[in-house]
Amino acid sequence: MSGYLAVIVVVLIFVVIFQIAKASEYVSILKGEKKAREQSNRINGFLMIVFLVLGLIGVWYCHDLMDDSMLGEPASDHGVGVDGLIKVTFIITMIVFVLTQIALFVFAWKYQEKDGRKAFFYPHNNKLEVIWTVIPAIVLTVLVAFGIRHWLRMTSDAPKESMIVEVTGKQFNWIVRYPGKDGQLGRRNFKLTNDSNNPVGQDWADSLNHDDVIAPDLHVVVGKPVKLIIGSRDVVHDVGLPHFRLKMDAVPGIPTTLWFTPTITTAEYRKRTGNPDFVYELACDQMCGNGHYSMKANIIVETQEEYDKWLATQVTQYSQAHPAPEAAPAAPAVPADSTKAVAALTK
Amino acid sequence: MSNEATLHSQESLHHGHDDHGHGHDGHDHHHEETFISKYVFSMDHKMIAKQFLITGIIWAIIGAFFSVLFRLQLGFPDATFPWLESILGHWAEGGRITPEAYYALVTMHGTILVFFVLTAGLSGTFSNLLIPLQVGARDMASPFMNMLSYWFFFTASLVMMSSLFVQTGPASGGWTSYPPLSALGDASIGSKIGMDLWLISMALFVVSSLLGSLNYISTILNMRTKGMSMTKMPLTIWSFLFTAVLGVLSFPVLLSGFVLLLFDRHGGTSFYLSELFVQGKVLPNEGGSAILYQHLFWFLGHPEVYIIILPAMGMVSEILAVNSRKPIFGYLAMVGSMFAITVLAFLVWAHHMFVTGLNPFLGAFFVLLTLLIAVPSAIKVFNWITTIWRGNIRFTPASLFSIGFVSTFISGGLTGIWLGNSAIDIHLHDTYFVIAHFHIVMGVSAFFGMFAGVYHWFPKMYGRYMNQTLGFIHFWITLVGAYLIFWPMHYQGMAGMPRRYFDYSNWASFNQFEGLNAFISFVVIIVFATQLLFVFNFFYSIFKGRKLTTTNPWAATTLEWTTPINPGHGNWPGEIPEVHRWAYDYSKDGKDFIPQTVPVSPDESGH
Repeated sequence: MSGYLAVIVVVLIFVVIFQIAKASEYVSILKGEKKAREQSNRINGFLMIVFLVLGLIGVWYCHDLMDDSMLGEPASDHGVGVDGLIKVTFIITMIVFVLTQIALFVFAWKYQEKDGRKAFFYPHNNKLEVIWTVIPAIVLTVLVAFGIRHWLRMTSDAPKESMIVEVTGKQFNWIVRYPGKDGQLGRRNFKLTNDSNNPVGQDWADSLNHDDVIAPDLHVVVGKPVKLIIGSRDVVHDVGLPHFRLKMDAVPGIPTTLWFTPTITTAEYRKRTGNPDFVYELACDQMCGNGHYSMKANIIVETQEEYDKWLATQVTQYSQAHPAPEAAPAAPAVPADSTKAVAALTK
Repeated sequence: MSNEATLHSQESLHHGHDDHGHGHDGHDHHHEETFISKYVFSMDHKMIAKQFLITGIIWAIIGAFFSVLFRLQLGFPDATFPWLESILGHWAEGGRITPEAYYALVTMHGTILVFFVLTAGLSGTFSNLLIPLQVGARDMASPFMNMLSYWFFFTASLVMMSSLFVQTGPASGGWTSYPPLSALGDASIGSKIGMDLWLISMALFVVSSLLGSLNYISTILNMRTKGMSMTKMPLTIWSFLFTAVLGVLSFPVLLSGFVLLLFDRHGGTSFYLSELFVQGKVLPNEGGSAILYQHLFWFLGHPEVYIIILPAMGMVSEILAVNSRKPIFGYLAMVGSMFAITVLAFLVWAHHMFVTGLNPFLGAFFVLLTLLIAVPSAIKVFNWITTIWRGNIRFTPASLFSIGFVSTFISGGLTGIWLGNSAIDIHLHDTYFVIAHFHIVMGVSAFFGMFAGVYHWFPKMYGRYMNQTLGFIHFWITLVGAYLIFWPMHYQGMAGMPRRYFDYSNWASFNQFEGLNAFISFVVIIVFATQLLFVFNFFYSIFKGRKLTTTNPWAATTLEWTTPINPGHGNWPGEIPEVHRWAYDYSKDGKDFIPQTVPVSPDESGH
């Protein structure tokens, strides 16, 4: 019922607006086109200035209002660089934004049609045009230089001492694999994948796999570079790490990598933000299907000690998949030729 | 005197005016046209333009309405709207949109607005209307191909529309339709028959676009009237030329991407598919690259945003000059910057793919080339501002929307400098910052250009004016609303809030924006209603608008205003006028304006 009422109200508002508009058209004809235009010019010219002033206040107000909702300090060294670059870019673009908007709306207001005003025939001025080609070019060169420097640093090879963690996306959650004591991840073969005991298709013939651990959350050690090896089982996902200011797609068949050094433990971040429930989240940032919005993992940044303790409590995927020795991987969904593939790989 | 009489009181005065040309050869009386040949299968570029425009308006209403529906979910995730169930059925069980429906709505919103409205509806309308009229041609180079172009678009529209009604729903993998999601029916319900219909529709759309673009190019290059050298063309025509060139060179690449996707879906090929495990099954595909599709897609996808924005730029340049009573500042720089944008448009596509695992070294080049495009864009902005400087500006709805265009183009363009820098993009990619950026710079701006064009050339299309007051209301609410909707989204994006999420309530990092989301959705509804006001104004004015009493209502210099108020097929009843000067002699030597058809007198100052 209230729905119908709302529709009726909207229609009535439309009718009123339309009647006003129609009436003003009649008035303008009776008054003469020139007079009518003078009046609408005055109103619109005035609105130009109102819009400019209220708009700039609104920009300021919005910035102020949103301040509390922004991400806290970046939790990785790369993130500090990203935030720095954002700050520089913010200042430069904001200056240009304010100046050009002021020029646009002030000119529109100031040079509205008036009796006796003559427009200035000013078809071009090469000097002026060269100036405003060169200045943006220089400013942009500076931004490009800063940007590429950060970019190449972030995407450089991971330091040798980095710990390695594999993150695999699937509809609609993340599978995180840790290399175990040997620090090396075992080989994978997607044909061996099954949901009951081998979610990322580990090839058990590779003994490096035997101590690998699989968990739903991403544990990383503070101050220690971590190299993520990112992949996907089905569609394109994206490892989004908002607090670390990083992101990398998870593409099926094409592993990608991303490395960073976490700088603040979860516990420390809780203390700094005063929020005891704070948790780093890993968000899927690439549309991956109907559950895209729920594809989350928690990230736990902890000390080496805590990490080792946690890892020690984990059961390896190998032992989960091999409750009794020599049991063939129970995989009804694996095609018959997978054994051949395994054989080929073990050769 | 009754109102109606007031409205049309001046008509009789000018009837004699209209009849002027008819005596010479009565061109438009030679062949009697039937309803079908005049309004349906018309080969008159002006009628085809109207067909594109009205089809585009219908699509725009649908596409915008979809955004209202999914904004209801985003703004009021806990509320239920029983009427939604009445229109969407089980897609909105209990009055709340399902995730499946949400993703379908988002996907169709993007597809419809980008391709069907802002490509076909914008470039299709105004290229068709203005190219022959402004270069001085009787029609397009091939009127028949032009007609085909519309009917391919119409067929594409039918197929896309039908996909909304299939049982498994329309495509729902985003307007970019990245495989493997879009390739595998098992991965998403929208990737079943809906995706096939999407691909077929888009293929037809590409054909339509190519037929149109080839026609635009050949008409501009070959059919200009006597004296109309390339440098005497209005900037609108330059912008349509560059738009058409972009389309011809990039749409075929998109088509190839779609064809390969169809093969992967139904031919058992593995162009995009590799090492997949979906719904508990290992798929046999190996060796494909999901990234290949993204390259093919964005090789069109990026030029596409310039296909959308260039015509708007051209029209805004023209309208600002006319209404400031000043020449456009830096004509050659405007043409040059459009040329630069056209060339660079082909060299920046991978900035959509910085985080796909693209070689970082290659990424660095795309950063450089992307930020380079800001230079010609900056030139254009400064030139527009200088055009209105010391002008004598008339605020018509068209000139207001043109000023609004410059404002939003600045706002959205500047955030492009953020996203084009890969080291910032790595944080902001696929967040609301991107939504804010591209909606302002190509959504709102292109729509402003389109509105400006409709208000400005409506008298040429229908021989009547649109209601000005409604136009003013439309402009101010839309401008304010657009900023209120999209400006705060920048901040959501900086907070890392990912786009294309159905619900944020389970995320500790992103659920602080509840109030803001509701506010944005509220503004969306108001702005949407205001657009309906425009639609009403448009259709009402076709039949009941104030009639034109002069052939040149805006006192403009260009050739379209030398035709009769309601030009027949062939545009000029007599000879096509000869052109003697550029299109921007406003306020020169003390004269308000000098039409292009007036010969240059020996004592005239140069420019």
